[in-house]
Amino acid sequence: MSEKHKDDITGVETTGHSWDGIRELNNPLPKWWLYTFYACCLWAVGYWVVMPAWPIIWNGQWTYTEGVIGYSDRGSVANELAAVAAGRSEVMQEIAKAPLAELAQNPKLSEVALAAGKAAFGDNCAPCHGSGAAGGPGFPNLNDDNWLWGGTLDDIHTTLLHGIRWEGDEDTRLNTMMAFGDLGMLDKQQINDVAEYVLEISGQKYDAKAAAKGADVFAQNCVACHGENGKGSQQLGAPNLTDAIWLYGGDKATIEQTVSKGRSGVMPAWGGRLDEGTIKSLTLYVHSLGGGE
Amino acid sequence: MSETLSPENNGVNSGLDALVAEASANAGGGEEAVTPVNAQKNRPLYQSRQKVYPKLVHGNFRKLKWIVMALTLGVYYTLPWIRWERAPGLPDQAVLLDFPARRFYFFFLEIWPQEFYYITGLLILAALGLFLLTSVAGRVWCGYTCPQTVWTDLFIHIERFWEGDRSARIRRDKQKFKPANLARKLGKHLSWMLVAIATGGAFVFYFDDAPTLAQQFLHFDAAPVAYTFVALFAFTTYLLGGLAREQVCIYMCPWPRIQGAMFDEESLLVSYEIDRGEPRGPHKKGASWDDRGDCIDCGQCVAACPMGIDIRDGMQLECIQCALCIDACNEIMDRVERPRGLIGYDTIQNMERRKNGEKPRFRIIRPRTILYTAVWALVGIIMLVALLNRDTQTISVLADRNPLFVQLSDGSIRNGFEVKIINKEHKPQAFDVSLDGLKGAVLLRGGATDADNTEVDVAPDDLASAKFFVALPADRLGQLKSGEAAFTFKATNLETGEVSSKEVNFKGPEK
Repeated sequence: MSEKHKDDITGVETTGHSWDGIRELNNPLPKWWLYTFYACCLWAVGYWVVMPAWPIIWNGQWTYTEGVIGYSDRGSVANELAAVAAGRSEVMQEIAKAPLAELAQNPKLSEVALAAGKAAFGDNCAPCHGSGAAGGPGFPNLNDDNWLWGGTLDDIHTTLLHGIRWEGDEDTRLNTMMAFGDLGMLDKQQINDVAEYVLEISGQKYDAKAAAKGADVFAQNCVACHGENGKGSQQLGAPNLTDAIWLYGGDKATIEQTVSKGRSGVMPAWGGRLDEGTIKSLTLYVHSLGGGE
Repeated sequence: MSETLSPENNGVNSGLDALVAEASANAGGGEEAVTPVNAQKNRPLYQSRQKVYPKLVHGNFRKLKWIVMALTLGVYYTLPWIRWERAPGLPDQAVLLDFPARRFYFFFLEIWPQEFYYITGLLILAALGLFLLTSVAGRVWCGYTCPQTVWTDLFIHIERFWEGDRSARIRRDKQKFKPANLARKLGKHLSWMLVAIATGGAFVFYFDDAPTLAQQFLHFDAAPVAYTFVALFAFTTYLLGGLAREQVCIYMCPWPRIQGAMFDEESLLVSYEIDRGEPRGPHKKGASWDDRGDCIDCGQCVAACPMGIDIRDGMQLECIQCALCIDACNEIMDRVERPRGLIGYDTIQNMERRKNGEKPRFRIIRPRTILYTAVWALVGIIMLVALLNRDTQTISVLADRNPLFVQLSDGSIRNGFEVKIINKEHKPQAFDVSLDGLKGAVLLRGGATDADNTEVDVAPDDLASAKFFVALPADRLGQLKSGEAAFTFKATNLETGEVSSKEVNFKGPEK
């Protein structure tokens, strides 16, 4: 098939193939390229010896040649993480020790705490409260100025430590919005009336006749927690019904549903799951979102 | 080739005889022929590089090139060492590209990253200036000031120091192995490397405080990146200036291809006067100059050429117009007692005019140069105005995007903003932040400070960031059109009263 053929002009041998009379010169590889290639081959052999390289079966199990210096990507990442944690531990311990009020006033510590709190929030809190802490129906918005259990640094810290209605924690914040309808304590008409009353005190459109009747229902069933004027109580975790902020929704259907079925949202206790430094950082971060008291 | 060129040696005549002998040897294809190895006809694409042995010339252009070399290299090596007094805490280096602090310093000028358009403008000015220069006098940049030319010229001179001039180098390269020649080559390469390392070393001084870095180099504790860049630039200087030389201009550089668009028939180019030189041929002393050209075909223009071409072939891409052939030819013309300027700066148009018996003329002012000058001046004026009106304080505002807005318990809507204030003065400045254009809006400070504190302090030559909340009461929400309303953040300099402002949108629920 191929025969030796030399190009007339250059005197260089061709590949012996001819395409429509065009022949390709068979020039040798450039020397710099060739030697680089050989160097790479040598390098590869050395690399196999020094670094983890080949997958092998050893004693019936898949493993790999570890290389003489025992390098491991996984190991070096673990080392780096440990180094970062060690570098952080000192300041995190300082944060853990500092009283909250002092922490907020200390610019050096609070800068670290706010950054650490933001990261911890994304890891632990964002699934319910949202990455911007704006919450959603049933999950409080932490940016606003309304707090069920209090918005001071200490209040937020307690909520974080012990959670809300969290069974595993004895000191958890506990209250109950009873299912007045399901338990048969209020009938449909009464629920309708009390919902109209709540619409009235929260400044929305309401049916005056029903609301007047609802006021009685409210006085008999709701004031124990929500107070006579419906403004709620942070000690009891009872929401203020007269403001513009609703955890589950302020329209009539949702209010009726809340009264009829009750509400008992849960927040986990983070004490024991996160270290004190992280919890204090979270406290500071949540407090800084704009609604801290 | 005979080395008895100098008149002191054997007198003019014997020097001339030697030249003539050389020329006839060329014609006969003798062993030491002066061949323009890089002329198109001698440079097939499948051939390896043929070494060029540029010969030293003496003359005005060679002198000019020495001066330019001293100036350019002098500026390059000493510029980082010039000190320039600035405010305390700021570097006192006149020219410093401070990447870690993200500042460029040029004497009185300080450039922040967002002001990089000043550099862009400077580059545009340089490019237009280059176009102008090229349209007037051809590849002046290539021939005199391009770093490739300057360093190659320096490297050739070092080579000449170790291995002798052209003929000696050719002879030594042809000899069989000799330890003395090897020692010369070794000396040459070592000197090249020293220059290359000094070049790379000078380069890094532009990026860090020069005296400090120099000390670190001496103690071998400079940053690894500094050593890397010294090595990189030492290697490229050695490779491009020492080994690759003219190949960089012929094969690597795009400028020879671009500059063809900047020439015209009235641009001054290094050229051979064909009408005067031809027909060329060897000339015996005393022989008549009638019926022949002035070119005695001595090949000195070719021998001097660092690009390895023959200027007598006309304008060509390979020619960097370094003008060394002018000096080479003038030396010969003096010797054969013919007028200088057989090779010189000339225009294409003048060659035509001389052929037609017209008087040569040279016009610097013509549409092309006027246009380049006008555009250059325009860009220059824009740059100058921009520089004189440079802001020393700016405000930028970033609205919170998650959540876009928050409803408060009294029904008002609150937005969060990150307000950043830049202070380019070299002293601390205080700013009062206020709102404009949103009726009834309340401005509150976020973070650890007092909510009513609207003062932001910015350190010298720095940026400060502050969190602000803007709350719009429920009864003022009517200002929002499809959920948003534009308003302005203002930062008032408490000392000078200068106001910087930034328009942003207030977001609320869509009704």
